[in-house]
Amino acid sequence: MEIHITLNQKKITVDVKADAVLMDVLRSLGCKSVKCGCETTNCGLCTVWVNGKSRLSCSVLAASVDGCEITTLEGVEEEAAEFGRFLAAEGGEQCGFCSPGFIMNVLAMKRELEAPDLEEIKEYLAGNLCRCTGYMSQLRAIRKYMAAQKEQAGKEAQA
Amino acid sequence: MITIDNYVRPATLEEAYKLNQARSSRVMGGMMWMRLGKAHIKTLIDLSGLGLDQIHDEGNVIKIGAMCTLRQVEECGALKELFGDGIAESIRHIVGVQFRNQATIGGSIYGRFGFSDVLTAFLALDTFVELYDGGIVRLSDFVDRKHDKDILLSVIVRKGKRRFRYDSIRRTKTDFPVIACAVVTGIVHGQETWYFSVGARPGKAALVEKKWEIPDDASEEMIADYARQAASEFTYGSNMRGSAGYRRHLAEVLLRREISSILAEGR
Amino acid sequence: MSRTEEHASKTAQDEMRLVNHAVPKVDAEALVTGKAVYTNDLAPEECLIVKMIRSPYAHALIKEINTERAKAVPGIECILTYEDCPDKRFTMAGQTYPEPSPYDRLILDRRMRFVGDAAVIVAGTSEEAVRKAMKLVKIQYEVLEPVLDFRSAKDNPILVHPEDNWKSLCPVGADNHRNLCAHGTCGEGDIEAVLASCDHVIDRVYHTQANQQAMMETFRTYTYLDAYGRLNVVSSTQVPFHVRRILANALDIPKSKVRVIKPRIGGGFGAKQTSVSEVYPALVTWKTGRPAKILFTREESMTASSPRHEMEMHVRVGADSEGNIRGIDLYTLSNTGAFGEHGPTTVGLSGHKSIPLYGSPEAFRFTYDVVYTNVMSSGAYRGYGATQGIFAVESAVNELAAELGMDPTVLREKNLVREGQVMPAYYGEKTESCALDRCLARAKEMIGWDEKYPCRDMGNGKVRGVGVAMAMQGSGISSVDTGTVAIKVNDDGFYSLMIGATDMGTGCDTILSQMAAECLDCGMEDIIVHGVDTDISPYDTGSYASSTTYVTGMAVVRTCEKLREKICERGAEYLGCPVGDVEFDGRKVTDLKTGKSISRKDIGNKVMCFNNEALSASEAFSSPTSPPPFMAGIAEVEIDKETGVVEMVDYAAVVDCGTVVNPALARVQTEGGIAQGIGMALFEDVVYSKDGKDYSNSFMQYKIPSRLDVGNIRVEFESSYEPTGPFGAKSIGEIVINTPSPAIINAIQNATGVMIRELPATAEKVYNGLQKQK
Repeated sequence: MEIHITLNQKKITVDVKADAVLMDVLRSLGCKSVKCGCETTNCGLCTVWVNGKSRLSCSVLAASVDGCEITTLEGVEEEAAEFGRFLAAEGGEQCGFCSPGFIMNVLAMKRELEAPDLEEIKEYLAGNLCRCTGYMSQLRAIRKYMAAQKEQAGKEAQA
Repeated sequence: MITIDNYVRPATLEEAYKLNQARSSRVMGGMMWMRLGKAHIKTLIDLSGLGLDQIHDEGNVIKIGAMCTLRQVEECGALKELFGDGIAESIRHIVGVQFRNQATIGGSIYGRFGFSDVLTAFLALDTFVELYDGGIVRLSDFVDRKHDKDILLSVIVRKGKRRFRYDSIRRTKTDFPVIACAVVTGIVHGQETWYFSVGARPGKAALVEKKWEIPDDASEEMIADYARQAASEFTYGSNMRGSAGYRRHLAEVLLRREISSILAEGR
Repeated sequence: MSRTEEHASKTAQDEMRLVNHAVPKVDAEALVTGKAVYTNDLAPEECLIVKMIRSPYAHALIKEINTERAKAVPGIECILTYEDCPDKRFTMAGQTYPEPSPYDRLILDRRMRFVGDAAVIVAGTSEEAVRKAMKLVKIQYEVLEPVLDFRSAKDNPILVHPEDNWKSLCPVGADNHRNLCAHGTCGEGDIEAVLASCDHVIDRVYHTQANQQAMMETFRTYTYLDAYGRLNVVSSTQVPFHVRRILANALDIPKSKVRVIKPRIGGGFGAKQTSVSEVYPALVTWKTGRPAKILFTREESMTASSPRHEMEMHVRVGADSEGNIRGIDLYTLSNTGAFGEHGPTTVGLSGHKSIPLYGSPEAFRFTYDVVYTNVMSSGAYRGYGATQGIFAVESAVNELAAELGMDPTVLREKNLVREGQVMPAYYGEKTESCALDRCLARAKEMIGWDEKYPCRDMGNGKVRGVGVAMAMQGSGISSVDTGTVAIKVNDDGFYSLMIGATDMGTGCDTILSQMAAECLDCGMEDIIVHGVDTDISPYDTGSYASSTTYVTGMAVVRTCEKLREKICERGAEYLGCPVGDVEFDGRKVTDLKTGKSISRKDIGNKVMCFNNEALSASEAFSSPTSPPPFMAGIAEVEIDKETGVVEMVDYAAVVDCGTVVNPALARVQTEGGIAQGIGMALFEDVVYSKDGKDYSNSFMQYKIPSRLDVGNIRVEFESSYEPTGPFGAKSIGEIVINTPSPAIINAIQNATGVMIRELPATAEKVYNGLQKQK
């Protein structure tokens, strides 16, 4: 069946099978940032946005997002690279395999929560598993990134 | 692994219901659990676009559309105002935000899963489900019904002065519960009534109702007795996450803490 | 002393520009923007999809396989059974030849040895076709009784490997007719006499479970034939050179026919030190000539992979009444499962890296058996046996402290190994560098041990306890691991750093570049580093056994030294002066007599014209010793006395890994290892049904810690200087997983008096312990 979606700000039409999941369709469309880590909705590696909300693309039927706006890491590359520099400064990307899904959810959190505290950050990102880092470096990166964002916003407001 | 031949988004509930009468038709919720099963589905029915994704305050009830996500319910101001943090507490441990942005209340309740926090929580409240064919049914009755071909349209919670507590024990913070306990109290027909719902025993949540008048200043021993009595009315089993005996003990502890917390609020 | 050696020496440590600095990883930008750099991102579209039909029985013989209907499914390219495989046994263990792991495998075998063992390979043009065909393959099994209890496996009449062509290449005490994968004993002094004369002897049995590495990228490989008819293998592996040999053995083809390429890897932690996935698509490509790809599902990665060896350890620790440890006796029973990968070697570490933590007992003995059973094969997992042994020995020492009524940190201060001591249980090696005493002291300060030990009642039914453990590991396998490095000078003078060590996310491409840039007095941007390709990269045993920084790092230092000499020679030649008169400062070669100079850029360009000698260098390094890094870890946990629920509050860890080459990456290694250790201590368990089916087959059932489960983890370094290591460095990769289990168990013990001797320490076990006290 044909579905019409807006993928990373571009309107496209894709032919999908009734049981195709969004993750596979996105990868076949070249969005290789979308990774599969578990197949049981537990790891968060396949996180993309559907109409701006973080979802697990391994469990979203492609057919069900007809008419939706889909965003993958490829669609927010600059913002990802900016946060990514904070992450890399801490060594917090490590193997990098969980980074795309994790960064998508960090950026979703940034849009949804205003000045979250440590516990709120941890809870929001609890669905993003990482086996390399022990999570501490990711938290350091997020806090430094948010502080830098705030500082920048302050400067812009002054100017 | 499931295979699906046709995906359909019906234009009306009537159409959805008709499609669902075929043996190999299924109604999808968030597609979290169904996708993990093994099934060949001829027609998969998606209820999106039928206005079932809203939470309405209808005066004396809160009506939660079946396609509302768990995240919507978790963040619902009206439910928080009525029942405090208990509703959010019953949802926030479920896997992660992405999961809860997708899993639906309809899927959670219709599935009547043993591990369900959501079922445990709503069962303790004055809750009904609205079915397309079966009309409005008390959740405590629906829990024990066989899975049939009806369609769950909404979950309806009656307002009322109820005090609600929810707690669970989990091995990791986002795992299925080892035990899940909800306690509700309020005046029903002029009499103080306590509702105890215990899920993940590991069987699905069940409800016990007690016309107990527990004074706000009840002693810890007294409260413990009540909790022990309530916990003893459920059956417990063993699985990877815990033994029957341990579950029973946990139920006693959590129910006691919840009763205590409710009474403290009254003091 | 040469300039490079001087650079790498202690006196120059303060002046280092890149080593000991938190340089971001060279591949960071690609990773954080989700670029297509992993195996499955790179696999060509036309790859055949390869899947396996797996045994539903723990022990069975295949009587008959009917593939007729399955082969007729459109799109099916081939269906392979044991009849299509060479009948020549090999091991999937990524180890240096001759491998200590027995040759006990065929690609496909008639005998099924665990639930999930590969029975049939199906390859086709689409996933759908393959799945359909898999359903149509009919296999008749003769179901046999399995050996599932590892305690009764040795000399059990049921044999896991009765076959005649089973082979052990090394004298590891293996005997397939006794279900023995290895057996051994070693010791010094008369342990029985010493223990008999001790005032206190702790005599306990500890049990650790199989644990899954659970790297986020599951096992995966794709294969194709190149223009020369050679088998090309792109794989998520830690051991490309070993995979080349393993595939040549498995397929019974010359090693020259195989090329292995390692792209970016989504984590390994030892899992990918076993060739878990490579043989299957390789066989398909070799048989059909077509490119083929296998992606293990998470379920396959959990049920047919290479987890940590389950071990049961009987420890006896003897001491006098003042707390002087006089003797340690350890017997380890290790469960290698259906195959012997890493069986004979992991078990050794359970004794050799636990007993030497204690300076000078009068006697020690270490005995072990490694047994075959009908569960999935074990493999290498970070810590590699040391983790299990250290849990047992450290726990026994903590029980000794309790019996003596002594603070366990004080007991350790009395007995811990110190710099300059000879470690009889560690092959008689001497600690040239050891800051373990400082690590322990600092960890105590960080956590506030003196205020918090043993516990504090929080007044709300909860109690907080602190617990301690120490650890060591090695730095590479002594007299075995070999790292080779080549560096060439290109146009404009940029360098290509060629390594065979495999970056699996840990950052060795970066830290080896840091070392090279430090030695060559240039910037990170002047060096490009190449991922591993066995056709091109110089030989390296691979990234395991905590070897890369130490072994390959030394090869980098040596190579740079040689290259500097060559650059000087070439500069002198171009300047027309004797080589003794020139100096290379990284940017130019200067004739110190005339002040004339030639830039590296000009040299790089000049050697590309009318040149008879390549401007490059290549050196190898292998060490006769394996200097241990040391570590102290202190856990603070909070326990709900009614439910037994244990919450991680804080973890303070101090590591002596010699010079820290990259503080950011070393810190993340440590934090990550501790988090994995917390998982092992509290949550992770591989649970089998009574028929041998693995229930822990997904992230839904095998729970690794989320970020809400690890509490706060704080890491510091107390550096010693290892004279045999590059810039004074030792290893970091594995040691970091070793302290959490014993430290957390000790914290529970100190908080509640409950001693858990079988991991994981679930709330129910703590609760049961509390009940018993009543």
